[in-house]
Amino acid sequence: MTPSLGKDLLGLERLSGDQIKLILDTAEPFKEISERAIKKVPTLRGATIVNLFFEASTRTRVSFEFAEKRLSADTVNVAASGSSVSKGETLVDTARNLEAMRIDMVVIRHGASGAAQFLADRIESNVINAGDGTHEHPTQGLLDMLTLRDHFGKLDGIKVCIVGDVMHSRVARSGIWGLTKMGAEVGVCGPRSLLPNAIDEMGVKVFNRVEEAIEWADALNILRLQLERMTAGYIPSLREYNRVFGVSRERLDRAKRDILILHPGPMNRGVEIDSDVADGPFSVILEQVTNGVAVRMAVLYLLSGGKPELAESAKRGGAGDR
Amino acid sequence: MSRSVLLKGGRVIDPSQSLDETADVLIVGDKVEAIGARVANDASNRDGLETIECAGLVVSPGFIDVHCHLREPGREEVETIATGARAAVAGGFTSVCAMPNTDPVTDNQAAVGFIIRQGTIANAARVYPVGAISLGQRGESLAEFGEMVAAGAVAVSDDGRPVESAHLMRTALEYARTFGIPVADHCEEPTLAKGGAMNEGVVSARLGLKGVPAEAEEIMAIRDILLARRTGGHIHLCHMSTRGSVELIRWGKDRGINVTAEVCPHHISLTEDAVEDYNTNAKMNPPLRTADDVAALQQAVRDGTIDLIATDHAPHHYDEKEREFADAPNGIIGLETALAVNITWLVAPGIIDLSLLVERMSCAPARVYKLPGGTLRRGAVADVTVFDAETKWVVEPSRFKSKGRNTPYAGQTLQGLARCTLVGGRVAHRRDE
Repeated sequence: MTPSLGKDLLGLERLSGDQIKLILDTAEPFKEISERAIKKVPTLRGATIVNLFFEASTRTRVSFEFAEKRLSADTVNVAASGSSVSKGETLVDTARNLEAMRIDMVVIRHGASGAAQFLADRIESNVINAGDGTHEHPTQGLLDMLTLRDHFGKLDGIKVCIVGDVMHSRVARSGIWGLTKMGAEVGVCGPRSLLPNAIDEMGVKVFNRVEEAIEWADALNILRLQLERMTAGYIPSLREYNRVFGVSRERLDRAKRDILILHPGPMNRGVEIDSDVADGPFSVILEQVTNGVAVRMAVLYLLSGGKPELAESAKRGGAGDR
Repeated sequence: MSRSVLLKGGRVIDPSQSLDETADVLIVGDKVEAIGARVANDASNRDGLETIECAGLVVSPGFIDVHCHLREPGREEVETIATGARAAVAGGFTSVCAMPNTDPVTDNQAAVGFIIRQGTIANAARVYPVGAISLGQRGESLAEFGEMVAAGAVAVSDDGRPVESAHLMRTALEYARTFGIPVADHCEEPTLAKGGAMNEGVVSARLGLKGVPAEAEEIMAIRDILLARRTGGHIHLCHMSTRGSVELIRWGKDRGINVTAEVCPHHISLTEDAVEDYNTNAKMNPPLRTADDVAALQQAVRDGTIDLIATDHAPHHYDEKEREFADAPNGIIGLETALAVNITWLVAPGIIDLSLLVERMSCAPARVYKLPGGTLRRGAVADVTVFDAETKWVVEPSRFKSKGRNTPYAGQTLQGLARCTLVGGRVAHRRDE
């Protein structure tokens, strides 16, 4: 029996390896739709989806919107500014009002950890977490895994090191849970002031020096360093961060083998990643973006009740049973 | 003539006179008149004697909560002194101390007098005001301890926030000596605790919530203990939550420093795991810690390193808790669950016996805060709690006398229930079913 995803996608911590594999496998047939001249199939025709973005986002919001539109769903974007939220409406009231309009799904991006679950616990519609505070960003974790699988042919046994501000990163948490469940080895590397104190209990290998991480890893997932970490006193300067933890061509060359480079974006060129690495031959940063649409189509399809075995036919026009 | 009440055939537990036996307690007027096996016979011909059958129940000196937030003045929609005092007697408390973080802050004699007056009108549990350490709890200059004590304040505290300035804490400890009152501190090093929403550890790392490390509490606890050593003042450490704090208090007591400490029922029963699923009713300050901390605190209640148990009863409107975890306010209510939580997690597993429970909930608070009660000696004020140590019940917040509903124990089955609470010889609470 194929596993289902349940009502919501809130994080990868609670998914099983089988459920993650299901999403990645389902994403495969959807990749091709985005390569067509007419990038649209009727799979989610009649479904209404609200993209509820309480935090600014370009890449993730656009990626979700394309995924929804290419599946023919009706979509509405709500941004925090200019909506009732900016007038002081609480999250629970926003949720209830959306629910009252009989929507089918909500994609939520919110600055507070747990906001997606808060919403999911209170409404009947499917909820997809598009990033909640410093908790999880499951579709990013999934698209990272799809990209890694494309290149290595597998996830089991590969070594992936997440480099940077793990403490404040939802991408890092989703990456750690997802990759470990799929049998990959996960390392983290960054200044100790930007790693959670309890990182050792999360089943990952910890590297103090980026040189050691590069020595060990098959792939690096390099996190964006937020400027405010410096003003909040976690690190002395972006300049020193680049000198100690920045991933440069020179550092990679010392490894004498190919190391795949991922970055969830948006990049700070010259801080956590040097331009010649970002634009270099082993960078799959833009493939990640392409895969993001396919992964999100798969998640939307599965949560709406689409049968995984029908994903192939769904892309030809037949809707799954909803 | 004086009203009289006979508490008949209960198990009388009064650690203040090393008493644990089946006996009758006769109350005449507002005083304890007699305790003994034959009191019932002697009293039987008294006119207007009210007899309360206590067979199978424990009769003890009334519980005293030295730490609760009654929200009046300022947040009467959340709790009032009257609803808080009624919740107190429903939970078996005959006296409560109201913390001064009201709006306006209880930092002067008039504000203290207002709380006394509202407590008198409520006519339920006795309500003792705690005055602020600093004006407006701003941490800058001392409030007028002398006038507040004269008006009825029993301690001073800036609870809800720490006293950041070591100098201010030092002068508070020195100045309070004149009046013989404890200085109660909320131990929290603000730069470490800033922005924290739960214990710092593996759960906070997983949930992506900013943690408050144990050291935020411990650094302030040892600072206060050292200042008490320097000044000879009485420091009372509120709501201790970590193993490290217990060790520091033990260090201080071993050296004869005038330090006392309290723990809350939630810190001896729940761990940070209760925050899982972002449960805002498990959010409080200090936060729920680890199983190791809980074990250390339980043992500290047993060995006396922790002197007493206090609730930190902190009602919030349900709307305020119905939101994103990081933005929800800290605090849970405790007056109506404290007895049962303590029995369920301390007495039932055999960590302490009922006599020690009564000591930590009644005798010790009376002693540490120098309050009437805490004893059933002849001539003592007749503040008495009659409780059932065996009955199990399911926590239904909608039945609380408190206006607050914010409890992490909702739906749980707990053991132990206050059946009858007498304040000054008057029956202020009865629950027979």
